Amino acid sequence: MSGPAFRSTPLLDADAVEAGIAGVAEGIRRRHPDGPLAVVGIHTRGVALADRLAQRLADRSPPPDRGALDISLYRDDLDNLGTIPTIRSSDIPFPVDGATIVLCDDVLFTGRTIRAAVDQLIDYGRPACIELAVLVDRGNRELPIAATYTGHTLDTARTDHIAVRFRETDGEDAVVLLRPEEAGS
Amino acid sequence: MSAAAAPLPRRKDLLDIESLAPEEVVQLLDTARPFKELFTRSVKKVPALRGKSVLMLFYEPSTRTKTSFEIAAKRLSADVTNFAVSTSSVVKGESVLDTVETLQAMKVDYIVVRHSSPGVPNLIARHTRASVVNAGDGHHAHPTQALLDAYTLREVLPDLAGRRVLIVGDILHSRVARSTSRCMHKLGMEIGYFGPGTLVPDTRPDFARGFTSFADALAWKPDVVYLLRLQLERMHASFIPSLREYHTVFGVTPARFRQIRDAGIWVMHPGPVNRGVELVDEVMTYERSLINQQVENGIATRMSVLYSLQPVTEARADDEGAGP
Repeated sequence: MSGPAFRSTPLLDADAVEAGIAGVAEGIRRRHPDGPLAVVGIHTRGVALADRLAQRLADRSPPPDRGALDISLYRDDLDNLGTIPTIRSSDIPFPVDGATIVLCDDVLFTGRTIRAAVDQLIDYGRPACIELAVLVDRGNRELPIAATYTGHTLDTARTDHIAVRFRETDGEDAVVLLRPEEAGS
Repeated sequence: MSAAAAPLPRRKDLLDIESLAPEEVVQLLDTARPFKELFTRSVKKVPALRGKSVLMLFYEPSTRTKTSFEIAAKRLSADVTNFAVSTSSVVKGESVLDTVETLQAMKVDYIVVRHSSPGVPNLIARHTRASVVNAGDGHHAHPTQALLDAYTLREVLPDLAGRRVLIVGDILHSRVARSTSRCMHKLGMEIGYFGPGTLVPDTRPDFARGFTSFADALAWKPDVVYLLRLQLERMHASFIPSLREYHTVFGVTPARFRQIRDAGIWVMHPGPVNRGVELVDEVMTYERSLINQQVENGIATRMSVLYSLQPVTEARADDEGAGP
């Protein structure tokens, strides 16, 4: 890969990531002790988070349904994309009408991805409610959107690049801050 | 990043298959898959092209291709306008470029063109910022038909490399034969042609192998037989003695159908079918006939094409000095 080199600073280690996911799972369990529930991940790392949450909630009755969304077709910036995004399959294998859905993503930033995901879910049917679970809320919202369950809250600058890494997708659990290397450094 | 190759830049127009790199063909086909998945949802529409306008500029009659493009554009939430050519000033002698200038002023984002003269879509593309999609120009090209054919075949044969397709029929008059065979060749297939001697072009691309009888062609063991439509409206008596003779020599007769079925060969046809000419009725209900899937896949493939192209926006034109 070309482009600027990034200096990476660790923000959260594997234990903190695991604790964050556990906290989110606990929050979901408290709010929904029983009854049907679905966890839907936003590609790519939201799907990994949804899978982890589903594992932790597998002893609920009934165990949560799982789904995945690729929001590419609901983005508001197609005009600015110079390359064709690779669209992965969206998979919602349960009836959305009347469902209680916890939407999952790794990072909550501007809120635009969540806006797109909510629009997309509603095109599958009319859920009873949609909640939002994120591992990291890094602030800097551009839309009036808030998470229902948050693993960690991080104070970041708009220009920072926050990367969440999951075992399933990246081989390790971590959250790191990436900043472009300054020229000559 | 996944293991996928680096993303490809978006192109402005889709005019033919020839100018596409094999990986662009693959990307257009891969992108069609999530669009097809939409068709099982209650809301079959996505907002990807909301606020964009698509103009259908058909200088030649077409029902199927035009409807397919219209549905594709509407499922992407674009606004669709039909430019009724026969009732417009074209009949008063307005040139194609005059028409395009008018359309340019209407600020359309995509133009879908069909014309009886080869090269008209290219001409239009050079003179407009809109993305131009060739929906068939004379005998030259019909790229979206080729893509939907390849997409349909990939659903049943995921790896086309080394597979064989036999194209049967009126190759000289067929933009489908040109585009589809090129597209399948780019995906690594071997191409065979069998058609009326007078109709098989001398300019048959060198990657294609010619046959002089249906029996020889079937002995080549194709995986797919692609039957071209005999274009009755373009036919003149001189090319073919009679429809009955065409059927006997080049058509899928009951005897040939049994051979095809026994060998498990897939059958394709771009439609509409002339029953009793290119094929007998039983082929339509054959479990390895892909003819109906081709129609459904046409919409998904055209959605992929419209979604993947990138018109020149005013801002970018000013930046880059592009556009007219």
